[in-house]
Amino acid sequence: MPFALLKYALAGEHPDNPHFRWSPDLKSTYDVIVIGAGGHGLAIAYYLAARHGITNIAVLDKGWLAGGNTARNTTIIRANYLTPEGVRFYKESVELWRGLSNELDINLMYSERGHFTLAHTDAALRTARWRAEVNKHLGVDSEVIGPDDIARICPTMNVSDDVRYPILGALYHPPGAIARHDAVAWGYAKEAIRRGVDVFTQTPVNKIIVENGRAVGVETNKGPVYAGKIVQAVAGSSSEVARMAGFRLPITTIPLQACVSEPVKPILDQIVVSGSLHVYISQSARGEMVMGSATDPYGLYSTRSTLEFKEGLMSHMLELFPFMGELRVLRQWAGMADMTPDFSPVMGLTPVENYYIDAGWGTWGFKATPVCGLRMAECIATGRQPDLLKPFALDRFRSFDLVGEKGAASVGH
Amino acid sequence: MKILTCPINGPRNISEFVWGGEVKEMPDPATATDAEWSEYLFLDNNRAGEIFEWWLHAPTNTWFIAHRNTVTDVVLETMTVDTYFARRAKAERAEEEA
Ligand SMILES: Cc1cc2nc3c(=O)[nH]c(=O)nc-3n(C[C@H](O)[C@H](O)[C@H](O)COP(=O)(O)OP(=O)(O)OC[C@H]3O[C@@H](n4cnc5c(N)ncnc54)[C@H](O)[C@@H]3O)c2cc1C
Repeated sequence: MPFALLKYALAGEHPDNPHFRWSPDLKSTYDVIVIGAGGHGLAIAYYLAARHGITNIAVLDKGWLAGGNTARNTTIIRANYLTPEGVRFYKESVELWRGLSNELDINLMYSERGHFTLAHTDAALRTARWRAEVNKHLGVDSEVIGPDDIARICPTMNVSDDVRYPILGALYHPPGAIARHDAVAWGYAKEAIRRGVDVFTQTPVNKIIVENGRAVGVETNKGPVYAGKIVQAVAGSSSEVARMAGFRLPITTIPLQACVSEPVKPILDQIVVSGSLHVYISQSARGEMVMGSATDPYGLYSTRSTLEFKEGLMSHMLELFPFMGELRVLRQWAGMADMTPDFSPVMGLTPVENYYIDAGWGTWGFKATPVCGLRMAECIATGRQPDLLKPFALDRFRSFDLVGEKGAASVGH
Repeated sequence: MKILTCPINGPRNISEFVWGGEVKEMPDPATATDAEWSEYLFLDNNRAGEIFEWWLHAPTNTWFIAHRNTVTDVVLETMTVDTYFARRAKAERAEEEA
């Protein structure tokens, strides 16, 4: 292997980048324009091409591939939500994740670790029981366990009573997993491009051309582009882009911060979340402790980091994992989360004909990348809201038919 | 943002404040249609730029209004609720006369 590498380094010619064939010129028309080349936009393009034979697609991004929340998230994948609508939806995503490395022919390092949602109060324990029952009823593996079982499964966790907030129990979800986020975007991009999809970075959409209530194209820095159908998948920029199309959303953009420690040998197998303490943690394959919290206290279009976030996080983290006191923080960053009032996404049809939305993913949308891509592709190809997406339609706010997932998604993304 | 200036209590540490979201114009509850009311409750402008928003100074239970840029996080001005509504009414009158 070292010789092969040396030979490769000294060779005069290198093969083209095997992942991507960048498209040099924007065509004037496409069947579908996807705004946003994060995991969601790329997954939509991939499933349109792979499942519906629609390949005349342009994916446009103002920045770079997966430069948004896709490669800023802490990659928790789970199906243990609270509402039947949510559980059904995220369960399908977990099923897709399990075969995704094969389907995209790229190692996503999908790793099932087991996921704890800790309860430090009676109320939290009650929510855990509720979630466990809904989960089991729909065939998702979840159960409530006590401190003894927690200590047996995760011996590094401090389950002693001698702390400010003792652990009373946990919702335990064995399929809980993590994955390599940028590989998800690259995998979808690679397979979409291989099927004929064009992906353009550094190409912001500045205007949406709407004629007689129907979206017909977009203005970019490279000129206008027309399309039969347009979908936006722009996370933190959702409200600004929807405004270009002429409608408002039930969304506020709020930063979500995260950080990693210096890498150490494997010491923590599971993913641990505490809603009451506003912290969560897992250890990446590289050995870094990946940590985060709830969203910032107020809305902002910025990816700056703060000291307050780190202080708040660590004060609780040290109680759960005293050994963390030995570790230094290596990196800190943030993403712009598109938060909805009910902690559920907004997917599907919009008031503008031929214009579709994939938004409101807040702090919980990475795990939904496959199922959202698959079902949004179906929605765009057929022009109808698939059954699985019906509860998540933008319309639900008009009819006060919210899908309340706060209890399962406000900290444990 | 580290410090926010409450119009009543002066500059205080940001941890003493609770964000209340953007200021929206409330339709008349007696005459609003269901659609107007649900829009008022759930839809946000969520602008990247200058907005007017509610803040609460929690220790003294004082609600007030801030004019802030949501991209740069710079607070341009804070004012009492009365000041804000008086200005808005004046601007609306000026608009009607124009
Ligand atoms: C710190 C953090 C931790 C998280 N942890 C988790 C987690 O553990 N589990 C989980 O499931 N989810 C998590 N999330 C949420 C998850 O990251 C997002 O919901 C998901 O990645 C959204 O993907 P996306 O493709 O929709 O958006 P993005 O990846 O943000 O992509 C949107 C793209 O749109 C582009 N864009 C914006 N405006 C325009 C325009 N006008 N024209 C062209 N392009 C435009 C942007 O440049 C960007 O590339 C976390 C998020 C953050 C920030």
